[in-house]
Amino acid sequence: MQDLRFMTNNNIPLTIKETQEGLKAKKFLAVELVDAYLERIKKFNPEYNIFLTITEEEAYKKARELDKVGLYDKPLSGVTASYKDIFLTKNIRTTAASKILDNYIPAYSATSVKKIEDAGAIPLGKLNCDAFAHGASGENSDYGSTKNPWNKEFVPGGSSSGSAAALAAGMSLVSLGSDTGGSTRQPANFCNLVGLKPTRGVISRYGVIAMSSSIDTVGTFTHTVDDMEIMFDVLKGEDGFDGIVKNFEKPQIKEEFKLGIAKEFFKEGLDREVEEMIEGVRKTFESINIEIVDISLPHTKYAVPIYYIIQPAEVSSNLGRFDGIRYGNNRDRFGSEAKRRIMLGSYVLSSGYYDAYFDKAQRVRTKLIEDFNLAFEKVDAILSPVSPTPPFKLGENTNDPLKMYLEDVYTASINLVGVPSLALPTMFSEGGLPIGFQLIGPNFSEHNLFELGRRYHQEINYKPKIAL
Amino acid sequence: MAKLTKGDVLHVARLSNLNLTEDELEMFTLQLSKIVDFFSELSEIDTTNIKPTSQTTGLINILRDDMVMSDRMLTQNEALSGTDNTYNGMFRVPKVLKNKI
Repeated sequence: MQDLRFMTNNNIPLTIKETQEGLKAKKFLAVELVDAYLERIKKFNPEYNIFLTITEEEAYKKARELDKVGLYDKPLSGVTASYKDIFLTKNIRTTAASKILDNYIPAYSATSVKKIEDAGAIPLGKLNCDAFAHGASGENSDYGSTKNPWNKEFVPGGSSSGSAAALAAGMSLVSLGSDTGGSTRQPANFCNLVGLKPTRGVISRYGVIAMSSSIDTVGTFTHTVDDMEIMFDVLKGEDGFDGIVKNFEKPQIKEEFKLGIAKEFFKEGLDREVEEMIEGVRKTFESINIEIVDISLPHTKYAVPIYYIIQPAEVSSNLGRFDGIRYGNNRDRFGSEAKRRIMLGSYVLSSGYYDAYFDKAQRVRTKLIEDFNLAFEKVDAILSPVSPTPPFKLGENTNDPLKMYLEDVYTASINLVGVPSLALPTMFSEGGLPIGFQLIGPNFSEHNLFELGRRYHQEINYKPKIAL
Repeated sequence: MAKLTKGDVLHVARLSNLNLTEDELEMFTLQLSKIVDFFSELSEIDTTNIKPTSQTTGLINILRDDMVMSDRMLTQNEALSGTDNTYNGMFRVPKVLKNKI
């Protein structure tokens, strides 16, 4: 048997296929996989602050069940999975990375958690994030910042900071996050991973602590596009507990694609290296006969102001339930960012300001949606940066909330419009940090985005890798 | 565009059921003013005949049958599992009445 203990990044399995082939060929047992992952978690977690709760007992229990049957024949059999700590997990502490919920033990599990575990995954634990998913760096966690495994002086991105860092550190094979304004795509980008923000109404939000109910989506992290497709097919579909979720059939995969690039993306504030990366990606797509089409999304610059009106308004309502009367601590335990967003939301909804802010933002949101509808009449997908810059240093943006909000400039519009977007890793910056891009498609086009992403990764001979 | 005063911030804090320290009041007054000022860009757009968007799925009034789903029911212990503050199988909550009636 292959000795998985003391695994280096040369022999830890980085794909679902590799994991399951190893299990089926009896190269290693599921319990040995758990040994190896837990060893890595225990070794690196004190320094990188990625896991908030480690579910060792549950992991071994599941692994022993898998080994007893010995078939490993479900889509995620033997796949180690971990969850952003806003996913409810039955009998396992769930904090939303906020001290308000420091001692909260849920009575049921989120649908996504249940689906993943029913598909054979091994649960390793709960992951750090910006408290209540408010942030773009992980630094708003009440349990301390998560560090980027590629360079611990830098942020891993946020708000699903731990979900991205766990994979980059080789502590878990797949993870769940959420994407309300970029919270999956941006950390995926900062940690050299594939990240998906699905179409609204494809994956159930049941059991995910709500942030902004007209834009929240369940996000997924993997190392490869193939693995993302497996995860997506496991997660999608109605559960009867989320009224916006509808089943849909996998669409016909296109042979030929037209890819749009919007001139509005190349404005002041876009880092030179990110701009050059997009140019390189465009050339690669052209070289594999993907037609590039210039498009216009004229309301792009309004996405951040719309987002920071609508999202805090919905936050102020969703966080109203945390009154400390039955569950959790009292509202004095909210961190600064939660307080800022709750008050901002109350302000834009309050008498005298509702029309000027909330109603106005909802109307400009309509214009933004029209932009994308027009674009998707001409193209099958849109190529865009994810973050305007490579990963930034811990502490660099914490004193200026507005500057941190502008981090969402390429991501928030996608949530407001509702369409899917696939973030893809491609290269490292001059400073040695990951940068990547996103492919945005019309509603329910996930499988076509996977096809495009796969063709790109084949062309650049992409190989998944971990930092530690 | 209007700047927020400390009075505005205290007002929204009260609407939000939040208590602020003096330092927080200073900080949030500055930060929220800057953020709200940034929203003024939206006034450049004429939205007179544009309908507001509140959701993107287009679905309306999705309801399930009004039936008891026994597999989703929580036991008393499960319902209380999220808190330590219980008494005789019930939640213990702060009292709302000052005097006995």
